[in-house]
Amino acid sequence: MTTPAPTPTTEKTADTSATAAALALGDDALVLSHRLGEWAGHAPVLEEEVALANIALDLLGQARVMLSLAGDEDELAYLREERAFRNLQLVEQPNGDFAHTIARQLYFSTYQKLLYGQLATGDSELAGLAAKAVKEVAYHQDHAEQWTLRLGDGTEESHRRMQRACEALWRFTGEMFQPVDGVDIDWQDTERTWLASVTSVLRQATLTVPEGPRTGAWAAGAGRQGLHTEPFGRMLAEMQHLHRSHPGATW
Amino acid sequence: MTAVTAETGTNKHGSPAADEKDASAYAAAFDAAVAADERIEPRDWMPEAYRASLVRQIAQHAHSEIIGMQPESNWITRAPSLRRKAILMAKVQDEAGHGLYLYSAAETLGVSRDELLDKLHSGRQKYSSIFNYPTLTWADVGAIGWLVDGAAITNQVPLCRCSYGPYARAMVRVCKEESFHQRQGYELLLALSQGTPEQHAMAQDAVDRWWWPSLMMFGPPDDESSHSAQSMAWKIKRHSNDELRQRFVDICVPQAEALGLTLPDPDLRWNEERGHHDFGAIDWTEFWDVLKGNGPCNEQRLTQRRRAHEEGAWVRDAAAAYATKQHNNGEATA
Amino acid sequence: MTAHDWPLWEVFVRSRRGLSHTHAGSLHAPDAQMALRNARDLYTRRSEGVSIWVVPSTAVTASSPDEKDSFFEPAGDKPYRHPTFYEIPEGVKHL
Repeated sequence: MTTPAPTPTTEKTADTSATAAALALGDDALVLSHRLGEWAGHAPVLEEEVALANIALDLLGQARVMLSLAGDEDELAYLREERAFRNLQLVEQPNGDFAHTIARQLYFSTYQKLLYGQLATGDSELAGLAAKAVKEVAYHQDHAEQWTLRLGDGTEESHRRMQRACEALWRFTGEMFQPVDGVDIDWQDTERTWLASVTSVLRQATLTVPEGPRTGAWAAGAGRQGLHTEPFGRMLAEMQHLHRSHPGATW
Repeated sequence: MTAVTAETGTNKHGSPAADEKDASAYAAAFDAAVAADERIEPRDWMPEAYRASLVRQIAQHAHSEIIGMQPESNWITRAPSLRRKAILMAKVQDEAGHGLYLYSAAETLGVSRDELLDKLHSGRQKYSSIFNYPTLTWADVGAIGWLVDGAAITNQVPLCRCSYGPYARAMVRVCKEESFHQRQGYELLLALSQGTPEQHAMAQDAVDRWWWPSLMMFGPPDDESSHSAQSMAWKIKRHSNDELRQRFVDICVPQAEALGLTLPDPDLRWNEERGHHDFGAIDWTEFWDVLKGNGPCNEQRLTQRRRAHEEGAWVRDAAAAYATKQHNNGEATA
Repeated sequence: MTAHDWPLWEVFVRSRRGLSHTHAGSLHAPDAQMALRNARDLYTRRSEGVSIWVVPSTAVTASSPDEKDSFFEPAGDKPYRHPTFYEIPEGVKHL
């Protein structure tokens, strides 16, 4: 019952490019949705339980559509080894405090909005999906922006936490602009727009734009090639354990 | 600031200052409204005991929704398929939403959500004891949906006609949304029951553990229930604990058969004469023990709730501080 | 405002175009922008709405139940405001 997961780095036919794109973007959505799901029952205020769950559900919906383009959604989610996942390292980073979650959301949703916005107007297989997802993602970006403003320009403590979170995740943001097979956009231009957008939000939130490198010293930014960070293995162990314990079972 | 809802429009306890003669006229109007099955609305005069009873019940109900998120969210990160994961996330989210609807209803009675949360965190207000049982396997998610939500719905449907308007309206919304909760639980158990032998055993084990606590959810037997009689007279409650429990058992028996699972009660059988199922004696010692705080998860549930609240304080403070700054800036530039 | 107390907002939802906004419930939020977003997440997650208003609960002035008689009863004895009050000969159309 286990078909090996497609490896996206083989021949570059149109078909495998589309698969590669669906896997990369699908894995981003799957992994971030999982992380946001970890907030359930732990959010800072009840209204935010509902908001975070909405975002997680949007992302999980996107993941399911995209993984289904690449194969069987459950086989891909539950039976691949860590090295076969193509998500950005950014999205696998642990939730940390609420500031870390919001910084991760700001960086990622701004990226996703730019990506889907361009895909939606293109003619790739992902165009239809992107057109729907871009509306969801615009809301995620707004949510992240609203909270970045409130945490950055709130109290001294929230400012300090938000600044620290923005710095901590900064080195995972360079990876986002490595071209993804099957996503035919101007990556350099996308990166410039991303940087301008994030810079503007951070400044408005009275935060300092981090100055450090946007890729780490060793293989940071290699998530798209299947190299991940330590917390990811644990996340997958938890996510896959039950499914793998009952080979062939239906749920 | 105090809880002032548009519905109350006042932060006093609603009762207009009145001399005793007026008070008795108000009381008569209240009794007449209840007798005529009219709804009591927030700014109407109401007996203090009615108000207190509602606050206690609605708060306990709201607390149950948010504590109830924990046993289920315990399985979100391990849900065995993406479809199940989406369903479970949506369900746990609904529980947060239901908590919000109910806290809103309580706030129309002149208490603030913060006061109520304080009482929950300090153990001065209760939540449903059922959530002090652990979710040990994936099948428990199904058993909670089928049995716990099933019992809750049996309890809650009559509350849609509760005499207090805001509570009744919140319950209409809750019941509408809740109906998917029970069905997803049943469907989940059905998949397990018809699955591999291991899955079937997992489902049976979950039903074995959740059946009796679910029956306890209807509260103590009628002759031992301290609040029941008055709540029925006020039409906050419409049916007695034992009536609802019987209704639930009768509903569950054929559902269990269709699932291919056994309810763990050797005394369970159809009684032709009564037109109901007879069932075995409930272990009320366990019920009172869990209620007193000695259940398997009481400590864990409250600790997690308190921690989420405390760790969220800086976030709530930040948003409040930002709002104040924006407000002041607005006034400065205006 | 003490930090832990976000003010209460009343939420009104237009369920579809052509209908008016109806009171849906209330929620807490630090400011109007967040109140709108919280309302969207809480009260329209099953596609219940196409437009939302949020109003600070303190901004609502409500009639008092004590004034019920003087406010609302006087309208009760004026049936001539309703079309059914008038008798029209059979066969007359478009009235």
